[in-house]
Amino acid sequence: MSDFTFWDIVRNLLTGLQWTLALSLVAFIGGGLIGLLVMVMRISKSALPRNVARTYIELFQGTPLLMQLFLVFFGVALAGVEISPWMAAAVALTLFTSAYLAEIWRGCVDSIPHGQWEASSSLALNPLEQLRYVILPQALRIAVAPTVGFSVQVVKGTAVTSIIGFTELTKTGGMLANATFEPFMVYGLVALGYFALCYPLSLSARYLERRLHASA
Amino acid sequence: MAYQFDFLPVVQNTDLLLRGALFTLELTAIGAVFGVGLGIIGAVVRAWNIQPFARIFGVYVELIRNTPFLVQLFFIFFGLPSLGVQISEWQAAILAMVINLGAYSTEIIRAGIQAIPRGQLEASAALAMSRFETFRHVVLLPALGKVWPALSSQIIIVMLGSAVCSQIATEELSFAANFIQSRNFRAFETYALTTLLYLCMALMIRQLLNWIGRRYISRSRQ
Repeated sequence: MSDFTFWDIVRNLLTGLQWTLALSLVAFIGGGLIGLLVMVMRISKSALPRNVARTYIELFQGTPLLMQLFLVFFGVALAGVEISPWMAAAVALTLFTSAYLAEIWRGCVDSIPHGQWEASSSLALNPLEQLRYVILPQALRIAVAPTVGFSVQVVKGTAVTSIIGFTELTKTGGMLANATFEPFMVYGLVALGYFALCYPLSLSARYLERRLHASA
Repeated sequence: MAYQFDFLPVVQNTDLLLRGALFTLELTAIGAVFGVGLGIIGAVVRAWNIQPFARIFGVYVELIRNTPFLVQLFFIFFGLPSLGVQISEWQAAILAMVINLGAYSTEIIRAGIQAIPRGQLEASAALAMSRFETFRHVVLLPALGKVWPALSSQIIIVMLGSAVCSQIATEELSFAANFIQSRNFRAFETYALTTLLYLCMALMIRQLLNWIGRRYISRSRQ
Protein backbone atom coordinates (compact mmCIF):
# COMPACT_ATOMS: atom_id res chain seq x y z
CA MET A 1 0.00 0.00 0.00
CA SER A 2 1.86 3.03 -1.16
CA ASP A 3 0.58 6.58 -1.10
CA PHE A 4 2.80 7.45 -4.05
CA THR A 5 1.38 7.38 -7.52
CA PHE A 6 3.75 6.78 -10.42
CA TRP A 7 3.73 10.48 -11.22
CA ASP A 8 4.58 11.42 -7.64
CA ILE A 9 7.65 9.22 -7.93
CA VAL A 10 8.66 10.72 -11.26
CA ARG A 11 8.14 14.26 -9.99
CA ASN A 12 10.29 13.64 -6.92
CA LEU A 13 12.99 12.01 -9.00
CA LEU A 14 13.03 14.98 -11.35
CA THR A 15 13.66 17.26 -8.36
CA GLY A 16 16.58 15.03 -7.40
CA LEU A 17 17.79 15.11 -10.99
CA GLN A 18 17.99 18.91 -10.81
CA TRP A 19 20.37 18.66 -7.86
CA THR A 20 22.45 16.07 -9.70
CA LEU A 21 22.65 18.46 -12.63
CA ALA A 22 23.51 21.45 -10.41
CA LEU A 23 26.26 19.54 -8.63
CA SER A 24 27.67 18.28 -11.93
CA LEU A 25 27.81 21.82 -13.32
CA VAL A 26 29.47 23.24 -10.20
CA ALA A 27 32.02 20.41 -10.11
CA PHE A 28 32.74 20.66 -13.81
CA ILE A 29 33.20 24.43 -13.91
CA GLY A 30 35.14 24.58 -10.63
CA GLY A 31 37.14 21.51 -11.64
CA GLY A 32 37.92 23.10 -14.98
CA LEU A 33 39.33 26.24 -13.37
CA ILE A 34 41.45 24.41 -10.80
CA GLY A 35 42.34 21.79 -13.39
CA LEU A 36 43.75 24.47 -15.67
CA LEU A 37 45.95 25.70 -12.84
CA VAL A 38 47.13 22.17 -12.00
CA MET A 39 47.81 21.52 -15.67
CA VAL A 40 49.99 24.64 -15.94
CA MET A 41 51.91 23.47 -12.87
CA ARG A 42 52.18 19.97 -14.32
CA ILE A 43 53.91 21.21 -17.49
CA SER A 44 56.12 23.69 -15.62
CA LYS A 45 59.86 23.61 -16.26
CA SER A 46 60.77 23.76 -12.56
CA ALA A 47 60.57 20.56 -10.58
CA LEU A 48 58.67 21.69 -7.49
CA PRO A 49 55.33 22.73 -9.04
CA ARG A 50 55.59 19.82 -11.47
CA ASN A 51 55.97 17.27 -8.68
CA VAL A 52 53.27 18.87 -6.55
CA ALA A 53 50.86 18.68 -9.48
CA ARG A 54 51.83 15.09 -10.24
CA THR A 55 51.29 14.01 -6.65
CA TYR A 56 47.95 15.83 -6.57
CA ILE A 57 46.79 14.04 -9.70
CA GLU A 58 47.99 10.62 -8.54
CA LEU A 59 46.37 11.08 -5.15
CA PHE A 60 42.96 11.75 -6.66
CA GLN A 61 43.25 9.14 -9.39
CA GLY A 62 44.50 6.47 -7.00
CA THR A 63 41.89 6.74 -4.26
CA PRO A 64 38.12 6.14 -4.22
CA LEU A 65 35.86 9.15 -4.71
CA LEU A 66 33.92 7.96 -1.66
CA MET A 67 37.03 8.33 0.56
CA GLN A 68 37.73 11.79 -0.89
CA LEU A 69 34.17 12.77 0.02
CA PHE A 70 34.50 11.45 3.56
CA LEU A 71 37.84 13.21 4.05
CA VAL A 72 36.43 16.56 2.93
CA PHE A 73 33.22 16.07 4.89
CA PHE A 74 34.92 15.10 8.17
CA GLY A 75 38.14 17.02 7.59
CA VAL A 76 36.49 20.43 7.24
CA ALA A 77 34.34 19.70 10.28
CA LEU A 78 37.55 19.16 12.29
CA ALA A 79 38.56 22.74 11.58
CA GLY A 80 35.44 23.78 13.43
CA VAL A 81 33.60 24.88 10.30
CA GLU A 82 30.10 23.55 9.87
CA ILE A 83 29.87 21.98 6.41
CA SER A 84 26.68 20.86 4.69
CA PRO A 85 26.60 17.70 2.55
CA TRP A 86 26.03 19.97 -0.45
CA MET A 87 29.22 21.97 0.22
CA ALA A 88 31.27 18.86 0.95
CA ALA A 89 29.99 17.21 -2.21
CA ALA A 90 30.75 20.29 -4.31
CA VAL A 91 34.28 20.69 -2.91
CA ALA A 92 35.22 17.01 -3.17
CA LEU A 93 33.82 16.58 -6.68
CA THR A 94 35.50 19.79 -7.83
CA LEU A 95 38.90 18.55 -6.63
CA PHE A 96 38.28 15.10 -8.14
CA THR A 97 37.31 16.65 -11.48
CA SER A 98 40.26 19.04 -11.49
CA ALA A 99 42.77 16.19 -11.12
CA TYR A 100 41.35 14.25 -14.06
CA LEU A 101 40.91 17.30 -16.29
CA ALA A 102 44.46 18.44 -15.55
CA GLU A 103 45.80 15.08 -16.70
CA ILE A 104 43.59 15.01 -19.81
CA TRP A 105 44.59 18.54 -20.80
CA ARG A 106 48.25 17.89 -20.12
CA GLY A 107 48.06 15.11 -22.70
CA CYS A 108 46.52 17.51 -25.19
CA VAL A 109 49.16 20.20 -24.58
CA ASP A 110 51.92 17.57 -24.85
CA SER A 111 50.60 16.51 -28.23
CA ILE A 112 51.27 19.95 -29.72
CA PRO A 113 54.61 19.78 -31.60
CA HIS A 114 57.48 21.15 -29.56
CA GLY A 115 58.47 23.49 -32.36
CA GLN A 116 55.40 25.58 -31.57
CA TRP A 117 56.86 26.45 -28.16
CA GLU A 118 60.22 27.27 -29.72
CA ALA A 119 58.70 29.34 -32.50
CA SER A 120 56.60 31.42 -30.11
CA SER A 121 59.59 31.77 -27.80
CA SER A 122 61.61 33.17 -30.69
CA LEU A 123 58.85 35.76 -31.14
CA ALA A 124 59.73 37.03 -27.65
CA LEU A 125 56.57 35.74 -25.99
CA ASN A 126 57.05 34.77 -22.35
CA PRO A 127 56.09 31.20 -21.35
CA LEU A 128 52.62 32.21 -20.18
CA GLU A 129 51.97 34.11 -23.40
CA GLN A 130 53.26 31.16 -25.41
CA LEU A 131 50.76 28.93 -23.63
CA ARG A 132 47.91 31.42 -23.87
CA TYR A 133 48.24 32.58 -27.49
CA VAL A 134 49.93 29.70 -29.28
CA ILE A 135 49.61 26.36 -27.49
CA LEU A 136 46.19 26.48 -25.81
CA PRO A 137 44.22 27.55 -28.91
CA GLN A 138 45.59 24.51 -30.72
CA ALA A 139 45.31 22.16 -27.74
CA LEU A 140 41.71 23.23 -27.19
CA ARG A 141 40.66 21.60 -30.44
CA ILE A 142 42.09 18.27 -29.36
CA ALA A 143 40.79 18.63 -25.82
CA VAL A 144 37.10 19.11 -26.61
CA ALA A 145 36.18 15.46 -27.24
CA PRO A 146 37.91 13.88 -24.20
CA THR A 147 36.67 16.71 -21.96
CA VAL A 148 33.06 16.14 -22.98
CA GLY A 149 33.68 12.41 -22.54
CA PHE A 150 34.95 12.97 -19.02
CA SER A 151 31.87 15.02 -18.10
CA VAL A 152 30.01 11.68 -18.13
CA GLN A 153 32.27 10.51 -15.28
CA VAL A 154 31.47 13.68 -13.34
CA VAL A 155 27.72 13.16 -13.67
CA LYS A 156 28.09 9.53 -12.58
CA GLY A 157 30.40 10.56 -9.75
CA THR A 158 27.65 12.71 -8.23
CA ALA A 159 25.78 9.51 -7.34
CA VAL A 160 28.36 8.75 -4.65
CA THR A 161 27.49 12.00 -2.84
CA SER A 162 24.18 10.40 -1.84
CA ILE A 163 26.23 8.46 0.72
CA ILE A 164 27.13 11.57 2.73
CA GLY A 165 23.47 12.54 2.67
CA PHE A 166 23.23 14.92 -0.26
CA THR A 167 19.72 14.56 -1.67
CA GLU A 168 20.36 14.17 -5.35
CA LEU A 169 18.89 11.62 -7.75
CA THR A 170 20.26 8.43 -6.14
CA LYS A 171 19.37 9.53 -2.60
CA THR A 172 15.87 10.52 -3.70
CA GLY A 173 15.57 7.13 -5.36
CA GLY A 174 16.66 5.37 -2.18
CA MET A 175 14.07 7.19 -0.09
CA LEU A 176 11.33 6.51 -2.63
CA ALA A 177 12.31 2.84 -2.85
CA ASN A 178 11.97 2.56 0.92
CA ALA A 179 8.63 4.36 0.93
CA THR A 180 7.03 2.51 -1.97
CA PHE A 181 8.61 -0.96 -1.65
CA GLU A 182 9.16 -0.92 -5.38
CA PRO A 183 12.96 -0.82 -5.65
CA PHE A 184 13.06 -2.42 -9.09
CA MET A 185 10.93 0.27 -10.67
CA VAL A 186 12.40 3.19 -8.71
CA TYR A 187 16.05 2.28 -9.32
CA GLY A 188 15.18 1.58 -12.93
CA LEU A 189 13.86 5.13 -13.21
CA VAL A 190 16.92 6.49 -11.40
CA ALA A 191 19.18 4.69 -13.88
CA LEU A 192 17.06 6.10 -16.70
CA GLY A 193 17.57 9.61 -15.30
CA TYR A 194 21.35 9.24 -15.33
CA PHE A 195 21.19 7.69 -18.77
CA ALA A 196 19.20 10.66 -20.06
CA LEU A 197 21.95 12.99 -18.80
CA CYS A 198 24.96 10.92 -19.82
CA TYR A 199 24.02 9.34 -23.14
CA PRO A 200 23.79 12.66 -25.05
CA LEU A 201 27.19 13.60 -23.60
CA SER A 202 28.69 10.26 -24.67
CA LEU A 203 27.22 10.63 -28.15
CA SER A 204 28.52 14.16 -28.60
CA ALA A 205 31.97 13.14 -27.35
CA ARG A 206 32.04 10.40 -29.99
CA TYR A 207 30.74 12.77 -32.67
CA LEU A 208 33.34 15.42 -31.82
CA GLU A 209 36.10 12.83 -31.86
CA ARG A 210 35.09 11.58 -35.31
CA ARG A 211 34.77 15.08 -36.71
CA LEU A 212 38.15 16.03 -35.39
CA HIS A 213 39.78 12.98 -36.92
CA ALA A 214 38.10 13.57 -40.26
CA SER A 215 39.32 17.15 -40.59
CA ALA A 216 42.70 16.77 -38.92
CA MET B 1 43.55 25.21 20.41
CA ALA B 2 42.93 23.03 17.45
CA TYR B 3 41.94 19.45 17.01
CA GLN B 4 44.35 16.82 18.33
CA PHE B 5 44.96 14.11 15.77
CA ASP B 6 45.02 10.66 17.25
CA PHE B 7 45.72 7.74 14.96
CA LEU B 8 46.17 5.19 17.74
CA PRO B 9 42.49 4.12 17.94
CA VAL B 10 42.66 3.42 14.20
CA VAL B 11 46.00 1.62 14.27
CA GLN B 12 44.62 -0.64 16.99
CA ASN B 13 42.11 -1.86 14.44
CA THR B 14 44.66 -2.64 11.76
CA ASP B 15 43.51 -6.25 11.60
CA LEU B 16 39.97 -5.16 10.70
CA LEU B 17 41.29 -2.82 8.00
CA LEU B 18 43.56 -5.48 6.55
CA ARG B 19 40.76 -8.03 6.51
CA GLY B 20 38.59 -5.49 4.69
CA ALA B 21 41.41 -4.73 2.26
CA LEU B 22 41.87 -8.44 1.57
CA PHE B 23 38.17 -8.81 0.81
CA THR B 24 38.30 -5.81 -1.54
CA LEU B 25 41.23 -7.47 -3.34
CA GLU B 26 39.31 -10.76 -3.56
CA LEU B 27 36.25 -9.01 -4.97
CA THR B 28 38.49 -7.18 -7.45
CA ALA B 29 40.27 -10.37 -8.52
CA ILE B 30 37.04 -12.26 -9.18
CA GLY B 31 35.46 -9.19 -10.77
CA ALA B 32 38.48 -8.68 -13.01
CA VAL B 33 38.68 -12.28 -14.23
CA PHE B 34 34.98 -12.59 -15.07
CA GLY B 35 34.63 -8.98 -16.16
CA VAL B 36 37.48 -9.24 -18.66
CA GLY B 37 36.13 -12.65 -19.73
CA LEU B 38 32.77 -11.07 -20.44
CA GLY B 39 34.58 -8.22 -22.18
CA ILE B 40 36.43 -10.64 -24.49
CA ILE B 41 33.16 -12.28 -25.52
CA GLY B 42 31.53 -8.90 -26.04
CA ALA B 43 34.51 -7.54 -27.96
CA VAL B 44 34.63 -10.52 -30.35
CA VAL B 45 30.89 -10.41 -30.91
CA ARG B 46 31.01 -6.66 -31.56
CA ALA B 47 34.18 -6.63 -33.66
CA TRP B 48 32.98 -9.46 -35.92
CA ASN B 49 29.41 -8.17 -35.89
CA ILE B 50 27.79 -11.47 -34.91
CA GLN B 51 24.07 -10.68 -34.83
CA PRO B 52 21.89 -10.51 -32.82
CA PHE B 53 24.49 -10.58 -30.03
CA ALA B 54 26.43 -7.59 -31.36
CA ARG B 55 23.32 -5.46 -31.00
CA ILE B 56 22.56 -6.81 -27.51
CA PHE B 57 26.12 -6.11 -26.36
CA GLY B 58 25.90 -2.65 -27.92
CA VAL B 59 22.86 -1.77 -25.82
CA TYR B 60 24.44 -3.34 -22.73
CA VAL B 61 27.63 -1.31 -23.13
CA GLU B 62 25.75 1.98 -23.50
CA LEU B 63 23.42 1.27 -20.57
CA ILE B 64 26.25 0.42 -18.20
CA ARG B 65 28.69 3.11 -19.29
CA ASN B 66 26.09 5.85 -18.91
CA THR B 67 24.79 5.00 -15.43
CA PRO B 68 26.62 5.18 -12.07
CA PHE B 69 28.06 2.02 -10.51
CA LEU B 70 26.22 2.78 -7.26
CA VAL B 71 22.86 2.75 -9.03
CA GLN B 72 23.74 -0.50 -10.80
CA LEU B 73 24.62 -1.98 -7.42
CA PHE B 74 21.36 -0.83 -5.81
CA PHE B 75 19.38 -2.04 -8.80
CA ILE B 76 20.92 -5.50 -8.48
CA PHE B 77 20.80 -5.74 -4.69
CA PHE B 78 17.38 -4.18 -4.02
CA GLY B 79 15.75 -4.68 -7.39
CA LEU B 80 16.42 -8.33 -8.12
CA PRO B 81 14.83 -9.71 -4.91
CA SER B 82 11.56 -8.07 -5.87
CA LEU B 83 11.68 -10.25 -8.98
CA GLY B 84 12.12 -13.28 -6.73
CA VAL B 85 15.91 -13.65 -7.11
CA GLN B 86 17.54 -13.76 -3.68
CA ILE B 87 21.08 -12.47 -3.67
CA SER B 88 23.55 -11.90 -0.85
CA GLU B 89 25.50 -8.66 -0.50
CA TRP B 90 28.84 -10.02 -1.68
CA GLN B 91 27.18 -11.76 -4.60
CA ALA B 92 25.54 -8.48 -5.56
CA ALA B 93 28.88 -6.68 -5.25
CA ILE B 94 30.66 -9.19 -7.50
CA LEU B 95 27.81 -9.28 -10.00
CA ALA B 96 27.79 -5.48 -10.22
CA MET B 97 31.57 -5.35 -10.65
CA VAL B 98 31.55 -8.03 -13.37
CA ILE B 99 28.71 -6.35 -15.26
CA ASN B 100 30.36 -2.94 -14.94
CA LEU B 101 33.85 -4.05 -15.96
CA GLY B 102 32.38 -6.25 -18.70
CA ALA B 103 30.90 -3.22 -20.44
CA TYR B 104 34.08 -1.13 -20.30
CA SER B 105 36.39 -3.97 -21.26
CA THR B 106 34.14 -4.87 -24.20
CA GLU B 107 34.87 -1.46 -25.69
CA ILE B 108 38.56 -1.48 -24.72
CA ILE B 109 39.28 -4.95 -26.12
CA ARG B 110 37.18 -4.31 -29.22
CA ALA B 111 39.47 -1.41 -30.07
CA GLY B 112 42.41 -3.80 -29.74
CA ILE B 113 40.84 -6.44 -31.99
CA GLN B 114 39.94 -3.89 -34.63
CA ALA B 115 43.52 -2.65 -34.66
CA ILE B 116 44.80 -6.07 -35.82
CA PRO B 117 45.86 -5.69 -39.47
CA ARG B 118 43.96 -7.92 -41.92
CA GLY B 119 47.22 -9.23 -43.30
CA GLN B 120 47.88 -10.97 -39.99
CA LEU B 121 44.75 -13.08 -40.42
CA GLU B 122 45.65 -13.90 -44.00
CA ALA B 123 49.17 -14.82 -42.91
CA SER B 124 47.88 -17.19 -40.24
CA ALA B 125 45.53 -18.78 -42.78
CA ALA B 126 48.49 -19.21 -45.14
CA LEU B 127 50.32 -21.01 -42.32
CA ALA B 128 47.36 -23.40 -42.00
CA MET B 129 46.68 -22.39 -38.42
CA SER B 130 43.37 -23.64 -37.09
CA ARG B 131 40.62 -21.14 -36.29
CA PHE B 132 41.27 -21.49 -32.58
CA GLU B 133 45.03 -21.07 -32.97
CA THR B 134 44.46 -18.01 -35.11
CA PHE B 135 42.06 -16.55 -32.60
CA ARG B 136 44.39 -17.16 -29.68
CA HIS B 137 47.75 -16.19 -31.14
CA VAL B 138 46.87 -13.74 -33.88
CA VAL B 139 43.74 -12.01 -32.59
CA LEU B 140 43.29 -12.21 -28.84
CA LEU B 141 46.78 -11.98 -27.36
CA PRO B 142 48.04 -9.19 -29.64
CA ALA B 143 44.77 -7.31 -29.09
CA LEU B 144 45.04 -7.64 -25.32
CA GLY B 145 48.69 -6.61 -25.53
CA LYS B 146 47.77 -3.41 -27.35
CA VAL B 147 45.10 -2.36 -24.86
CA TRP B 148 46.62 -3.82 -21.68
CA PRO B 149 47.45 -0.42 -20.08
CA ALA B 150 43.87 0.82 -20.63
CA LEU B 151 42.47 -2.45 -19.32
CA SER B 152 44.70 -2.25 -16.22
CA SER B 153 43.48 1.29 -15.51
CA GLN B 154 39.88 0.15 -15.80
CA ILE B 155 40.44 -2.73 -13.37
CA ILE B 156 41.90 -0.25 -10.87
CA ILE B 157 38.94 2.09 -11.38
CA VAL B 158 36.60 -0.81 -10.60
CA MET B 159 38.62 -1.64 -7.46
CA LEU B 160 38.37 1.96 -6.25
CA GLY B 161 34.70 2.09 -7.22
CA SER B 162 34.01 -1.00 -5.11
CA ALA B 163 34.31 1.27 -2.05
CA VAL B 164 30.62 2.08 -2.46
CA CYS B 165 29.75 -1.61 -1.93
CA SER B 166 29.83 -0.84 1.79
CA GLN B 167 26.45 0.76 1.20
CA ILE B 168 24.85 -2.65 0.77
CA ALA B 169 26.91 -3.97 3.73
CA THR B 170 29.49 -5.90 1.73
CA GLU B 171 32.25 -6.25 4.30
CA GLU B 172 35.11 -4.78 2.29
CA LEU B 173 37.61 -2.07 3.15
CA SER B 174 35.34 0.97 3.32
CA PHE B 175 32.84 -1.08 5.36
CA ALA B 176 35.62 -1.81 7.85
CA ALA B 177 36.45 1.92 7.92
CA ASN B 178 32.80 2.83 8.60
CA PHE B 179 32.68 0.25 11.36
CA ILE B 180 35.87 1.48 13.02
CA GLN B 181 34.94 5.16 12.91
CA SER B 182 31.50 4.41 14.32
CA ARG B 183 33.27 2.95 17.36
CA ASN B 184 36.15 5.35 17.98
CA PHE B 185 34.60 8.54 16.53
CA ARG B 186 37.92 9.28 14.82
CA ALA B 187 36.32 9.64 11.41
CA PHE B 188 39.02 11.71 9.75
CA GLU B 189 41.93 9.60 10.97
CA THR B 190 40.14 6.39 10.03
CA TYR B 191 39.30 7.53 6.52
CA ALA B 192 42.76 9.04 6.01
CA LEU B 193 44.45 5.72 6.75
CA THR B 194 41.88 3.85 4.69
CA THR B 195 42.48 6.19 1.76
CA LEU B 196 46.21 5.55 2.06
CA LEU B 197 45.51 1.82 2.04
CA TYR B 198 43.44 2.19 -1.14
CA LEU B 199 46.29 4.15 -2.73
CA CYS B 200 48.77 1.39 -1.89
CA MET B 201 46.40 -1.23 -3.28
CA ALA B 202 46.00 0.75 -6.50
CA LEU B 203 49.78 1.01 -6.93
CA MET B 204 50.18 -2.67 -6.09
CA ILE B 205 47.56 -3.80 -8.59
CA ARG B 206 49.16 -1.58 -11.24
CA GLN B 207 52.55 -3.29 -10.66
CA LEU B 208 50.98 -6.73 -10.67
CA LEU B 209 49.08 -6.09 -13.90
CA ASN B 210 52.19 -4.62 -15.54
CA TRP B 211 54.04 -7.80 -14.60
CA ILE B 212 51.25 -10.03 -15.91
CA GLY B 213 51.22 -7.99 -19.09
CA ARG B 214 54.96 -8.37 -19.63
CA ARG B 215 55.05 -12.03 -18.63
CA TYR B 216 51.96 -13.47 -20.31
CA ILE B 217 50.30 -11.00 -22.64
CA SER B 218 52.87 -9.26 -24.83
CA ARG B 219 55.44 -12.04 -24.60
CA SER B 220 54.86 -12.93 -28.24
CA ARG B 221 56.21 -9.57 -29.36
CA GLN B 222 59.65 -10.02 -27.82
